[in-house]
Amino acid sequence: MEINDIVLANSKAKGKRPYFFDDAAVERVLNITMAVAGELAVVHERLDTIERLLEAKGTLSRADIEAYRPDPKSEEERQRWHAAYIARILRIVQQEMEAIRDENPENNRTMDEVADELEQI
Amino acid sequence: MNQAPINVPPAWHRIGKHEVAPEASHDEIARFNFLSNLNKYLATMVSPGNRIAFDKRVRPRFRREKGRDFENRREVREAMLRDPHFQTWSALRRAAMEMRQQAGRSLVLRQAKQLAEKAERLNAGKDTLQLNPNLTIPPYIAKVDNHLMPGSYHTELFEGDVSAAANYDMGLFVTTGGALGRFNDGGGKAIAQWLLSHHPEFKPKHILDIGCGLGHNVLPIAQAYPDAEVIAIDVGAPMLRYGHARAQAMGITNVKFIQMDGQYTGFPDESFDWIQTTMFLHETSGKSIYGIMKEIYRMLKPSGLTMHIEQPQYTPEMDLYEQFIRDWDAFYNNEPFWSKMHDIDTLELMTQAGFKAENFFQIGVRAVNDNEDHTKPRAPEPEDHGRAAVWNVFGAWKK
Repeated sequence: MEINDIVLANSKAKGKRPYFFDDAAVERVLNITMAVAGELAVVHERLDTIERLLEAKGTLSRADIEAYRPDPKSEEERQRWHAAYIARILRIVQQEMEAIRDENPENNRTMDEVADELEQI
Repeated sequence: MNQAPINVPPAWHRIGKHEVAPEASHDEIARFNFLSNLNKYLATMVSPGNRIAFDKRVRPRFRREKGRDFENRREVREAMLRDPHFQTWSALRRAAMEMRQQAGRSLVLRQAKQLAEKAERLNAGKDTLQLNPNLTIPPYIAKVDNHLMPGSYHTELFEGDVSAAANYDMGLFVTTGGALGRFNDGGGKAIAQWLLSHHPEFKPKHILDIGCGLGHNVLPIAQAYPDAEVIAIDVGAPMLRYGHARAQAMGITNVKFIQMDGQYTGFPDESFDWIQTTMFLHETSGKSIYGIMKEIYRMLKPSGLTMHIEQPQYTPEMDLYEQFIRDWDAFYNNEPFWSKMHDIDTLELMTQAGFKAENFFQIGVRAVNDNEDHTKPRAPEPEDHGRAAVWNVFGAWKK
């Protein structure tokens, strides 16, 4: 019943992953960069919400923010956030490992190969 | 560059809410918003560059080297795969599809148990949900994680799991930029409206939807014909559990969700007045599509109707570049039967099943989009090939 939602969220789909650039390393870095770009957008949207709410409802002292130290429960939540964050950014590395680990060639075929089979069944 | 004003997609919080839907945090919504905008940008700003690259360098180079023009879309694809712009767009589009799956799955899997419990509360004791754990999953589903959805429609991470369906329900709005409406039901609404207005005399009492998924397109049909008994079948138990619970939560109770293979249903001959599929046939296979159509013919009553919503078929008249770009999802978004399916002569598909050629028809429909006007495109934009909410519908009356 217990599942590892962080790893499962990143699962690789069946099929050999296409790489469009001549060097797969470029595409790996592109994927990591795009994930970071996405997370920066998420933070931006959250800060934007906070700024708009502060503007509408009142003020918050910057000293309060500087002085803040999480209690143990908050600390655990924040560290878990970092774990999920890093797994999300490095998704492609996980999926390439899954491709190497999965010894069933059925799950690492190109869609050209699968299409040939599907045409026959 | 495309100089038209940027059309922004609706923010994700506008998605239709219902009781079984997952809870989404502020950051999860923001993540979806980023991905909708990334998809929109790739479709409207980056994808048009593929046509330019094709016209300006890929085609001239091919002609120079071969002394002739392209003869088929496979040649176009092989040449385009060497073009830097197509490589960049493809790498980004692939990344966007993988990120969309990641975003949906991370949202859904952290609350997978609660989602299963919510669905079970709505499903318990209802005879309108019938699952068959012994059903053989057809190979076209078992072997392919369609549109990069890990585990496809049928995989259960634990007993009672609905996460595959919840992920699909929450993410389709992102991939399509909300173009299918708040409940992703723009296709079902469009076909129901077309039938009501063009054939007001047709009063189907028994309706079957094959490959219903989580039922998003069959519910508007059930609402348009409230006196009909509607049966929605699919092979994926998570889809049916979630879809049934979702329908109950939305107060739509004239739909029975049954776990069945559309090719081998076991329904008696001449059971239905109307049999529908919506964006389903391209996820089947070369022989099964003919088998499913024969089964449809067998199950239809005399004077019954069948219709199938798909993206446009490839015809000899269709430009090779357009065929090639429409084919992207087949090879790079795990839709391997897409290419062959869109080559099939649909008239031949129907007549082989028993329908008469004179009763065959094709129409075009556009999704009914109930998003608020300010979130709809204000300026015309290039088509997001393979994703556009404009479809070809083919069908036939059994006469």
